[in-house]
Amino acid sequence: MIDLAFIAERYNYWIFIVLMMIGVYIVISRGNLVKKIVGLNIFQTSVFIYYISIGKVAGGTAPILPAAYESGHEGKGARASAAHGESAPAPGAASGESLHAAPQSAPEALPANDLASAVAQTPQGAGPSGEAGLHAAPGEAANPLLAPPDGAGDAASALGEAAHKAAEIVYSNPLPHVLILTAIVVGVATTAVGLALAVRIREAYGTIEEDELEAADDIAEFGAAFGEKAEGARA
Amino acid sequence: MNLMAQLPVLPVVIPFVAGALALLLPKGRAPWAWATFVSWLSFLASALLLREVAATGPVSYHLGDWPPPWGIEYRIDLANAIVLALVSGIAAAVAPFAYESVRAEIDERQSPYFYAAFLICVSGLLGVTATGDAFNIFVFLEISSLSTYALVAMGGRQDRRALTAAFTYLVMGTLGATFFVIGVGLLYHATGTLNLADLHLKLAGQHNRVVEAGFAFILVGIGLKLAMFPMHLWLPNAYAYAPSAVSAFLAATATKVAVYVLVRFFYSVFGLDFAFLGDALTYVLLPLGVAGMFVASLIAVFQHDVKRMLAYSSVGQIGYMLLGLSFGTREGLAAALIHLVNHGLMKGALFLAVACVVYRLGDHRCAAFSGLARRMPVTTWAFVLSGLSLIGVPGTVGFVSKWYLLEASFAAGHAWAAFMIVASSLIAVLYVGRVVELMLLREPPEQGPLSEPVKEAPLSMLIPMWALVAANLYFGLRTEFTAGFAEQAAAALMTVSGGR
Amino acid sequence: MISPELALPLSLAFPLVGFVAIWLLDKRPNWREAATLATAVVLLALAIVVFQAVGAGARPAYVLFEVVSGLPIAFEAEPLGAMFGLVASGLWLVNSLYSIGYMRGHGEKHQTRFYMCFAIAIAAAMGVAYAANLFTLFIFYEVLTLSTYPLVTHKGDAKARHGGRVYLGVLMATSIGLLLPAIAWTYAIAGSTDFAPGGLLSAHAEAARPVLGLLLALYAFGVGKAALMPVHPWLPNAMVAPTPVSAFLHAVAVVKAGVFSILKIVVYVFGVDFLHETGASAPFVWIAGGSILLASAIAMHKDNLKARLAYSTVSQLSYVTLGAMLAVSAGVMGGALQIAAHALGKMTLFMCAGAIMVAAHKEKVSELRGLGRTMPITFVCFFIGAVSIVGVPPLAGSWPKFFLMLGAADAGQIAMIGVLMLSSLLNVVYLLSIPAVAFLKPAKGADAPLEKEWYAGPLYDGRNALPRDPVKEAPPFCLIPIILTATGAIVLFFFSGALYDYLLPLTETGR
Repeated sequence: MIDLAFIAERYNYWIFIVLMMIGVYIVISRGNLVKKIVGLNIFQTSVFIYYISIGKVAGGTAPILPAAYESGHEGKGARASAAHGESAPAPGAASGESLHAAPQSAPEALPANDLASAVAQTPQGAGPSGEAGLHAAPGEAANPLLAPPDGAGDAASALGEAAHKAAEIVYSNPLPHVLILTAIVVGVATTAVGLALAVRIREAYGTIEEDELEAADDIAEFGAAFGEKAEGARA
Repeated sequence: MNLMAQLPVLPVVIPFVAGALALLLPKGRAPWAWATFVSWLSFLASALLLREVAATGPVSYHLGDWPPPWGIEYRIDLANAIVLALVSGIAAAVAPFAYESVRAEIDERQSPYFYAAFLICVSGLLGVTATGDAFNIFVFLEISSLSTYALVAMGGRQDRRALTAAFTYLVMGTLGATFFVIGVGLLYHATGTLNLADLHLKLAGQHNRVVEAGFAFILVGIGLKLAMFPMHLWLPNAYAYAPSAVSAFLAATATKVAVYVLVRFFYSVFGLDFAFLGDALTYVLLPLGVAGMFVASLIAVFQHDVKRMLAYSSVGQIGYMLLGLSFGTREGLAAALIHLVNHGLMKGALFLAVACVVYRLGDHRCAAFSGLARRMPVTTWAFVLSGLSLIGVPGTVGFVSKWYLLEASFAAGHAWAAFMIVASSLIAVLYVGRVVELMLLREPPEQGPLSEPVKEAPLSMLIPMWALVAANLYFGLRTEFTAGFAEQAAAALMTVSGGR
Repeated sequence: MISPELALPLSLAFPLVGFVAIWLLDKRPNWREAATLATAVVLLALAIVVFQAVGAGARPAYVLFEVVSGLPIAFEAEPLGAMFGLVASGLWLVNSLYSIGYMRGHGEKHQTRFYMCFAIAIAAAMGVAYAANLFTLFIFYEVLTLSTYPLVTHKGDAKARHGGRVYLGVLMATSIGLLLPAIAWTYAIAGSTDFAPGGLLSAHAEAARPVLGLLLALYAFGVGKAALMPVHPWLPNAMVAPTPVSAFLHAVAVVKAGVFSILKIVVYVFGVDFLHETGASAPFVWIAGGSILLASAIAMHKDNLKARLAYSTVSQLSYVTLGAMLAVSAGVMGGALQIAAHALGKMTLFMCAGAIMVAAHKEKVSELRGLGRTMPITFVCFFIGAVSIVGVPPLAGSWPKFFLMLGAADAGQIAMIGVLMLSSLLNVVYLLSIPAVAFLKPAKGADAPLEKEWYAGPLYDGRNALPRDPVKEAPPFCLIPIILTATGAIVLFFFSGALYDYLLPLTETGR
């Protein structure tokens, strides 16, 4: 039985998948170079949405290290974790999912072929299994990572406490946003280079239609265009 | 500040900053001199780094002093130290070569931009290799790719097809990079970390759809970047129509770095315990590698353009590396790494020889090579020797590669693969032999633009080219720096990945 | 006197010195050829030093360096290699003399390149002779192939290009496609490629046994230079080369490097006893026998003198392969003696063919009528060489035949005795007919009444009468080497006993 509610809960992933497919389809199917770039942009945008989706963590917390501050550590480790809080959403998969799934049912009830539920069922990477992991995981995950600064035990217990408090809060992990900002810069640069190339191609060939470009190359090399390309060029 | 302590980051940072500065230089000789100096500096740093890593083991550098896994870590072990040395070494050989070649093929006004893009590309490739952070790999991959698109497009002055080639490359490259970034996102989703070493720890024991999907996305994404057959369609035109010096640099480095990334993800991140990896090796890499070896090599035989021929040959040669990887054994991995380095050396030398021909004759079709032994003997013999290396004649690096690949096939119990390897080497005999015969046994064209008398290429081109040819021969006989290091690197990677 | 240990690397290095000297003396032909001869003399001296040392029971060895861990470039002289080294370097000296006469007499171009490539080729042949492991052997085997390619395509015309393509194509295809994997496989099984007395693989019998036949096939056909049918086409195609190349490389250095490798692989890699016991080589006895007869049959149809000699070479080479594959000591001995005897005989024949080309500009057997009167010395030598190859005492070629028949009997391959006898008969037909035509038939168009009476065939119409040519031999540089090798073929018959004793350790090592 298809669990419509389950699917609907994950609408953000569906947006991601649909946009991705539309984007790739446009890139492959369109012969116009600018349209290809449009497709490429849609494709890349879908990835941004995906990254933003995984940035929301139920019960996550920024890995602030009270112990580190107290022990006069110049806040080095803490600074690190605050800005690059990769450790905090360690159970991100599990807890991020439960943001949507929790009100509904236990993980076992979920269809096994679903990408998200598969993670929910096997949260070994995150820590203890099941719902308990939702709360304990931040502490668990942070623990080995925070070990290098001294007072590891203190830090862990303090953090575990913080994690328990934060369990109900929907936490926005900043790291995916940082990543996606970088990716946007890259994407814009790619688009700029692509469009610049399209302009140069138009200058050189007088067209930006792929079929006509190929036909022009064939004519230049062999003196005649071949097959379907030729028809495209004549049209 | 102790400069030596910053060594792991220097090969990446020096060309990056220098690339930006190159834009400010006046057109003419200055940007070239700057780029050459910087690439040598970068090579020096890489060589020192290789020496240090070989002597004392892996080096970890924390960018901005943020400890991993929060901060970005540059982690240099033997595997990437070798690739760093290869990339910066090829850059150091191509940069001095480029002056005459680029002056002939590119508008002089563009020279600051050209060398800026070149340095940024070097920096990007070195960055991909040095970094120990998955997202950082994506960033550097795109830095190098973007500058590559620009470099390829600069061939548009010689042949407008460079523009369409660059555009295709851009579309394919961006698709590949985006696939890769989706894969990294999925891994991040599953583990919450981006540090490669940390990913390996967190992925241990995870066998779920998210990780598998992440693996698949990364495989396809990097597969596009490394021109894995049949995702190679962007490569032949891009290499054929790019400015000659750029072709030489890219052919020797860009795909190799992508292969390295694949190795890194396979063995340092996923590890052989990840059952999906074994399937991917057996059912994806093995057949695609073998198919690439044959199909691309056969296509190469029928090319009329020597640069395109060499480009298709590159696709075929990548098949060897994938085949080596697909065995999933230490020997196979070592063979792939050895071939990665060796193929960089031989393809670099071959493309430089073609660049010399283009410089004098302005053409890289087969007709230009007719009777070349009479007209440009020094270039001809460089081509012949590196061509022999490509075939795998003893005394050249190509033979060392073949030997390790054969050993790996037998050790892995795939005796048939050994015969596949030698059979496709024979196709290499065909396409190399065709050009060599043209050069040695034909008369130069008697009419048309190619018939005008030409001199040998200038010394500034011959010396770097012969430096690479000499490397082909030297490392064909003394292998402690290539095969020796690669074997150690493979052993270390296998230890991490839990193989034998 | 140099120590034999040092003589090994020197005999490789010295031709390279000669190579450079020839290159530098490009513009002064006399000095250039003096350099060639000087190199050849020194090389022969070095080979004699090694030969004597090995005869005294020493096994001089020299390790250059390790290319890949476990794979050094190493040399070690043993009787077979020392003999091959001596034959190759001795005949190189003879051939250098001949080349001077031929190349000048024929007015060939690019003579410097010719001598340079020759120097590399002989260095490679010495490398093959003294190789201590398969890996070293393979390296020099490939160098030999590549360095002779410019020699084969020396003329540079379309025919030479085609011949060169076949030459390089077949030799590279077999060596890379079959020999290289065979060596790698051997290494995978035995962990080494060293030639070991008694056989490298016989020490790893368990691992080797299942793939023994396959491996032997890879080696037998992978050593394309041994020209075992069907990998022989390179040999006839290489005949587009100038005759000294055919004489030396395709009667001595290249082809003998091939059969030498086969012999060495059978003795030192497989082990004669191991092969005998497993019977893996039995099919190859038949292939070699077939090759002997088939090539002889083809040779009979060839009118072009060099082509006929080429097919004769294919046939004679298979004698060595046959001897090796019989996997008994007498067979191995026969093969080893055949290397030396056939080298002398066939080289004489080729040099005669070259002398005929230089002096009379004739290439076809049918054109040789009456030429015996014009070039008596050449044709007498040709006769001696031919009779030696047929295997008639008192000429060197008779001993190998004797030992091969003995070996065939030992191995229980009685059919092979028949093959050998039939082959000798065929040899008589296609080799002895040549001097017969030259001496006994009148020159075409000659109208001397004496001859007309003596021979009045239906085709002879007595027109286009020409006065009989006076004796017109090839230049002395061509003639002297021919006399030397022909004499050698006679002398070797009487010294075969000594050579037998010398080669005896080869068969004794087989446990």
